[in-house]
Amino acid sequence: MTDNATNPLAIDHWTHNFLTGRLEDLVGWSRKNSMWPATFGLACCAIEMMATGAAHYDLARFGMEVFRASPRQADLMIVAGRVSQKMAPVLRQVYDQMAEPKWVISMGVCASSGGMFNNYAIVQGVDQIVPVDIYVPGCPPGPETLMHGILTLQERTSEIMRRRQESSTGGAAIELGSRDSVPVSISTTRS
Amino acid sequence: MTDADDAREEMHEDEASEAPARPDDVVAAAVLDRFDGAVYRSSLGQSVVYVAREQWRDVLEYLRDEHDFVQGLDICAVDHLVDAVRPEIAGVEFERFEIVANLLSHSQRRRIRVITQVPESDPTVPSVIDVYPGLAFAERETWDLFGIDFPGHAGLARILMPDDWEGHPLRKDDAPARVPVTFKGDPAPR
Amino acid sequence: MSTDTPSDDMLPDEPMIDSDVIAPAPVSEWEAEEQERLERQTAEPAQELTVEQELVLTGGPWPERDGETMIINMGPQHPSTHGVLRLMLELDGEEIVRAKPVIGYLHTGMEKTGEELTYVQGATNVTRMDYASPLSNELVYSTAVEQLLEIEVPERAVWIRMLMCELNRMSSHLLFQATNGMDLGAVSMMVYGWREREEVLRFLEKVTGLRMNHNYIRPGGVAVDLPPDWADDVLALCEVVEEGVREYETILNENPIWLERTVGVGTITTDECLALGITGPILRSTGYPWDLRKTMPYLAYDQVDFDVIYTENGDVFDRYRIRLYEILESIRIVRQCVKLMPLGDYRSQDRKITPPPRARIDESMEALIHHFKIFTEGFRVPAGETYAAVESPRGEIGCYLVSDGGPKPVRMHVRGPSFYNLQSLAPMVLGEMVADGVAVISSVDPIMGEVDR
Repeated sequence: MTDNATNPLAIDHWTHNFLTGRLEDLVGWSRKNSMWPATFGLACCAIEMMATGAAHYDLARFGMEVFRASPRQADLMIVAGRVSQKMAPVLRQVYDQMAEPKWVISMGVCASSGGMFNNYAIVQGVDQIVPVDIYVPGCPPGPETLMHGILTLQERTSEIMRRRQESSTGGAAIELGSRDSVPVSISTTRS
Repeated sequence: MTDADDAREEMHEDEASEAPARPDDVVAAAVLDRFDGAVYRSSLGQSVVYVAREQWRDVLEYLRDEHDFVQGLDICAVDHLVDAVRPEIAGVEFERFEIVANLLSHSQRRRIRVITQVPESDPTVPSVIDVYPGLAFAERETWDLFGIDFPGHAGLARILMPDDWEGHPLRKDDAPARVPVTFKGDPAPR
Repeated sequence: MSTDTPSDDMLPDEPMIDSDVIAPAPVSEWEAEEQERLERQTAEPAQELTVEQELVLTGGPWPERDGETMIINMGPQHPSTHGVLRLMLELDGEEIVRAKPVIGYLHTGMEKTGEELTYVQGATNVTRMDYASPLSNELVYSTAVEQLLEIEVPERAVWIRMLMCELNRMSSHLLFQATNGMDLGAVSMMVYGWREREEVLRFLEKVTGLRMNHNYIRPGGVAVDLPPDWADDVLALCEVVEEGVREYETILNENPIWLERTVGVGTITTDECLALGITGPILRSTGYPWDLRKTMPYLAYDQVDFDVIYTENGDVFDRYRIRLYEILESIRIVRQCVKLMPLGDYRSQDRKITPPPRARIDESMEALIHHFKIFTEGFRVPAGETYAAVESPRGEIGCYLVSDGGPKPVRMHVRGPSFYNLQSLAPMVLGEMVADGVAVISSVDPIMGEVDR
């Protein structure tokens, strides 16, 4: 992994003048408007995720029509569904295979916190395994709620990138106890 | 219906006054005739036959071959460790575990349930996958979640839990049914 | 001039080739070898278009099978939309020699959670097992609880349950059409299937409050009554869905690509199905019309008129057609429900089981106490054990419930049809190619929530 601080191509780390500032905005705009999700539909939330991508709620108008099966080609992982103990290493492996920059939306209460399944079999919150940027509550969250979460992510992309850069780990890494990369959460009342 | 009448008469002659319930179910009566020590119970209108572990496989094979119970729908285990109340059934000696098989006959449009008791000290039950191949997954699940062994099942491995999991979660004294809720940033171990 | 032609008389019309003119002199030994190989291949009798050698023509002779197979892993994360199923495939070339499904990636411990929740809360747990048809799960659980309680559900509740379950069957089969189409490459089916499914989900949301995982069918009846204009909504949605189904028929039933990919692929016989405990559309595709709604009727299915769809060949195309026409049969049932829906209570009036209406809590002490007891401790169910089964869109779903007289079950085991239907994968994909394997998995229509529970 190249060290971002010294890599001249790491656009997020340039000290910007007017021209490169415009370039950064352009890159940020293109990143957020064509974020490709990786298919990580696990359970009921996957059905609602597919419904969000379908014709009625249509994620394609936000640049997310293409759900890439290969994590190498994706930059957004929407963890849709409950993560069991057997699935947890697979989740981490898929997350590791994604290339930077990458974001994680934890869709549904099971992914966010274990949901109603407070037992031996379910990981109590996928943020124990991967760093999460947006939590979308609901069981399952309706397509409008998921879209609100995705749009919030798109709005705040540059803010999230800046926070990651400033945080001590300098990238999307887990650090328990670190309050710097505080993820953004939304509430259902806002939809 | 003469079979049923004969069965009833036989039961009436043999048994003492605290006899197990006489089956008005032809199939159950036939099972009772054929297998010593089998006990019939009508559970809310559904036929249930309690058999000994040694007869388990033979009873299922008999039901499949002689009474056309073509489908073995399900095998599951029950852990009675912490039951508040366990109603007595005359002729059946209760153990900690029970294995329950649900069978379905298409031609007779009926079901029957066969139950056997499994002691905690020796949790094994003969495998019935040569009688009903479709129960292979179910037996693996029962092994995985309860720790009940099925000798005769060639590939008894964990199916639902990770391969390196220790313990058998659905036992009453194993995994807790509810883990405490934890919060992000909580200093307590998760 | 090449001197190595095996048999000149096999190519009588071939002009004499002057290789010096066509191929320049080789510059290296390797090139000489290549040229020699090229001449040998083009002169081989295998290139003649006789019937038994036609296959060889397209790709060269198959190498000798020396028993080398490759084991590859499909899943648990893969583009096929059927959840977290992992398939270990042993391949000989492209052909599947052995397939082993590995499950457990969605194991949620629902049966353990079921022992921790009261009977009132139990429906919220089971509804998430088969999440494509949640009302079937709730129905089977509620039926089992009611059997143990030995109570009767009022007639209107029975008919409401039947209506909602048939609507759920429609939405589940529409989901199948969408995902099946996408797995086989007909991506427009994905969009069309979801379009019709939204209509059904909109009505379900209007009645139950949720699009999925409704927690609507509860022991004693249903949670709330149907809204006042439900009949118009239902009839309108039936028309839309029926039109959609006719459209799918037109697109796919005679589509040569669809037929090539599905006819004759993944066949299974009745004996295999019965031995493996397989029920539902897979069993019906083998020519065996077993449907619990007709053969062992529950709810009010013996009072409505509908057909059991079954086909003869047991392949992927048959299963697709069965599920497609079952949507139409469900529409038929739903229309009859609209006509025949009785008036009355939508849940049992037994105050020990059914919470009182919220307004009554202010008026009556007894109502307050019942409400309190039901929602804190839950109602007690007499000791006993029972098995209830209904026909879900995937087959027979059963619930084996054991009670010890307390407010929580001792054992709540759900016999998920997909758990057993997955065992049909092994015989069905033998000899198929990997792409056909995807088609077969899709036609089994497993929902991993009820496989792993």
